[in-house]
Amino acid sequence: MIEVKHLSKQFGAFKAVDDISFSAGKGEVLGFLGPNGAGKSTTMKMITGFLTPTSGDISVCSNNVLTDPIKTKKSLGYLPEGAPSYPDMTPLSFLHFIAEIRGFRGNEINKRVVDAANRVNLHSVMNRPIETLSKGFKRRVGFAQAILHDPDVLIMDEPTDGLDPNQKHEVRLLIKEMAKNKTIVVSTHILEEVQSVCTRAIIIAHGKLLFDGTPFELESRSKYHNAITLTVQTDSPDTLSDQLMAQLKTLPSVDSVENITTEQGKASFSIFPKKGASISKEVHSCIKTNNWEIDEFHVESGSLDEVFRDITTSSDISAKGALT
Amino acid sequence: MNNILIISKRELKSYFATPVAYVFIVVFLMMTGVFTFYLGNFYERGQADLQPFFLYHPWLYLFLIPALSMRLWSEERKSGTIELLVTLPISITESVLGKFLAAWGFTTIALLLTFPIWITVNYLGDPDNAVIFASYLGSILMAGAFLAIGSCISALTRNQVIAFVVSVVLCFGFILSGFPLVLDFFSNWAPQTILNAISDMSFLTHFNAIARGVIDLRDLIFFISFIGCWLFANVIIVELKKAD
Ligand SMILES: Nc1ncnc2c1ncn2[C@@H]1O[C@H](COP(=O)(O)OP(=O)(O)O)[C@@H](O)[C@H]1O
Ligand SMILES: [Mg+2]
Repeated sequence: MIEVKHLSKQFGAFKAVDDISFSAGKGEVLGFLGPNGAGKSTTMKMITGFLTPTSGDISVCSNNVLTDPIKTKKSLGYLPEGAPSYPDMTPLSFLHFIAEIRGFRGNEINKRVVDAANRVNLHSVMNRPIETLSKGFKRRVGFAQAILHDPDVLIMDEPTDGLDPNQKHEVRLLIKEMAKNKTIVVSTHILEEVQSVCTRAIIIAHGKLLFDGTPFELESRSKYHNAITLTVQTDSPDTLSDQLMAQLKTLPSVDSVENITTEQGKASFSIFPKKGASISKEVHSCIKTNNWEIDEFHVESGSLDEVFRDITTSSDISAKGALT
Repeated sequence: MNNILIISKRELKSYFATPVAYVFIVVFLMMTGVFTFYLGNFYERGQADLQPFFLYHPWLYLFLIPALSMRLWSEERKSGTIELLVTLPISITESVLGKFLAAWGFTTIALLLTFPIWITVNYLGDPDNAVIFASYLGSILMAGAFLAIGSCISALTRNQVIAFVVSVVLCFGFILSGFPLVLDFFSNWAPQTILNAISDMSFLTHFNAIARGVIDLRDLIFFISFIGCWLFANVIIVELKKAD
């Protein structure tokens, strides 16, 4: 439903978005990941028709944003960064205005407004000026505005930014609930968010697209993906440590073993598999035959933080290299 | 068309949601009173007409209209709601017209609230009501021209104070553009045709012509096309500068 081809945006001499292409279909929740200033908001602003691209093509629900902006905007719901709305209006009058602009008339207006307000739990503050509302409620007003016309495509720029953990949880539930028959794009720099709501993730840094795949694929790029953290109880940690490391290294699927800590009566290790291999069975039987006393046995899913840092900072270096 | 009205309605409501509307109306009525009765010697002249009332309208508008128009676009830009407005399924032209019509409608309401003075003058004497009607029409048109300038300027900056000051200066220039103060500024370097064009744009000249009771098509066309040009520029500026 969204198709972006070779999209670029230049601000003066500065390239904020550099040749980005991707597409997203129905049922997908696409996460835009990237450090601050990466170009996430700029990309979203171009998709929603706020900014005109320097070059490239965007189509939403098979309408071209550039040649058919009004039609495209009808099929879009957009929550801009910071969820701006008119501070002196009440949520009721604001949503009423949005419903009218979205082309609803008569009873349908009230129905849509009430429906959208209910979905984001806004009913208790409908008649208070928006400027007097808390951050969480202001965000909900923005949500209600974006989903009021039940759009096929929903674009949200950092929807959970600045919310407390409970509010973040609510927002994620809402996104999941709406995901079934829509295409949703959310930007974030919170990695756990990608794991909990997105079906696909895109990493952008310095305006360039550096990764496009599932959150699982992203995890599996981690050194820690399928690695095992093992803690063993022992009276003489140092001797056992050496013995254990030597033994584990002989296992066919094990790539390397690292000693994390050795303290009084305990030793911890990270065991890394060879690429793509699973080592839990091998390690487990090795433990059995040696009769080690296990305190902790944990298969890691991978550290997104690490992959994220890896992907975005390696481009840092190449960007700097290109300059010098 | 419908979208324009929806935008106008929202804008107009927001005037009345804050003290802006009431302050504007009260100040407007007070000032017209002061100008008419003190400076204009309404009673002392002993004539049944509203000439002293309309005489000072250009000067009243010079400060009051930019105060009204300065927020039209600056505020949208400052609060970020312009991103919302531009990504709604309406054109920028519709937004510009909607906002302008709201401000113009509001000024018209304020102006119509001066009706007691019309009643008074009919009670005291036997004025030429056709002239008064023409003067009201001219005043409304001139207010529209001021507003179009103000709206366009407010799209240029997110700072309302700057929008106000620049609008006042421009409006002042257009009030007096047929007079030496402004013409001297150009006469050293601009060719005669441009000087003529500038002096033809004087609000004062066109307004006074209409206020004499002669509704000349040329004066009407002047104000309407003047408003059109500034609003056209307004659309272009919003289009180009919306994201800055
Ligand atoms: N209107 C603008 N003019 C100039 N530079 C801009 C403008 N908007 C964004 N930028 C720059 O483009 C880069 C990308 O910004 P943005 O898309 O907001 O990043 P993100 O949303 O990923 O944090 C930033 O370096 C920002 O300073
Ligand atoms: Mg951003």
